[in-house]
Amino acid sequence: MAGKPDTLLFETLMEDLSLHVLDIAENATRAGARNVLIEIAAADARLTVAVKDDGKGMDARTSQRASDPFYTTKEGKRVGLGLAMLAQSARETGGGVRIDSQYGVGTEVAAVFRPEHPDMRPLGDLMATMKALVAAFPAVRFVLDYTKEGEHYHFDSAKTP
Amino acid sequence: MRSTNIAKLKIEDLEKIARRMKKVIHLREGEAKAKIIVHMGTCGIAAGARAVMTALVEAIEKQDLSDVLVTISSCAGLCGQEPMITVAIQDQPPVRYVNMTAAKALEVLEKHVLGGRIVEAYALAANNK
Ligand SMILES: Nc1ncnc2c1ncn2[C@@H]1O[C@H](COP(=O)(O)OP(=O)(O)O)[C@@H](O)[C@H]1O
Ligand SMILES: [Mg+2]
Repeated sequence: MAGKPDTLLFETLMEDLSLHVLDIAENATRAGARNVLIEIAAADARLTVAVKDDGKGMDARTSQRASDPFYTTKEGKRVGLGLAMLAQSARETGGGVRIDSQYGVGTEVAAVFRPEHPDMRPLGDLMATMKALVAAFPAVRFVLDYTKEGEHYHFDSAKTP
Repeated sequence: MRSTNIAKLKIEDLEKIARRMKKVIHLREGEAKAKIIVHMGTCGIAAGARAVMTALVEAIEKQDLSDVLVTISSCAGLCGQEPMITVAIQDQPPVRYVNMTAAKALEVLEKHVLGGRIVEAYALAANNK
């Protein structure tokens, strides 16, 4: 887990994890992804939230700086807070964020949370997040894999009965 | 288990939306009568843009408005006035609405998108008033 000091530079504005997921998936669609896989898995006192996409990816420099709150590649904007806030939310619980990106191939953002920590945010309304994504981007394939205590939910927007 | 049933129902709900939205993909090639863009950058999401989006998608589904598209765009650079939507009706200049809630967005859908009258009270002043 990326080792920046635990200083509180700003407050995370996302109330729950499902809002973080929407924000991170929005990055993926903006990067031109055709496939976005959202994996949420709870096991061994950890909750992992991963978003994988096949968008344009980031070069080494960009992915290194991506979770810096003052970094964005958007024009006319000075701060890019999405990844930084996710990292902050995860760190608040004793977890962290890992960003794996390959230019021209895609990106994986994985956040690990410690759900037992008092600062853990609730999961929130994951279905509302999926609904917003699916409605807004019908041409993108969204897959949700959710696993918790033996319960498993799978949704694939390309395989609707 | 009860929670399982709830989640299953919601997955079906998602599938219904996915199926429906795929049918309107062809509208994206410029055929849609109206397009509503919900600004869904980080600030918009933190300010409640998802609830605005959900309300619009559900209303469009319920009323079967097959020629109205809802989509997402990124931050519009006016983070203090999120949530924001932009209404773009064919052959008319787009109108941006600020400080939206689900209820206000539904009012914009009804009055502006369907009724043709701009809701001035929520619109961002275009001419620097
Ligand atoms: N999935 C992704 N694919 C490609 N680039 C990304 C992805 N996610 C983030 N980035 C890059 O990291 C930057 C910072 O992201 P973020 O913190 O969400 O802020 P913002 O989206 O407002 O710019 C983005 O501007 C973009 O350059
Ligand atoms: Mg972002």
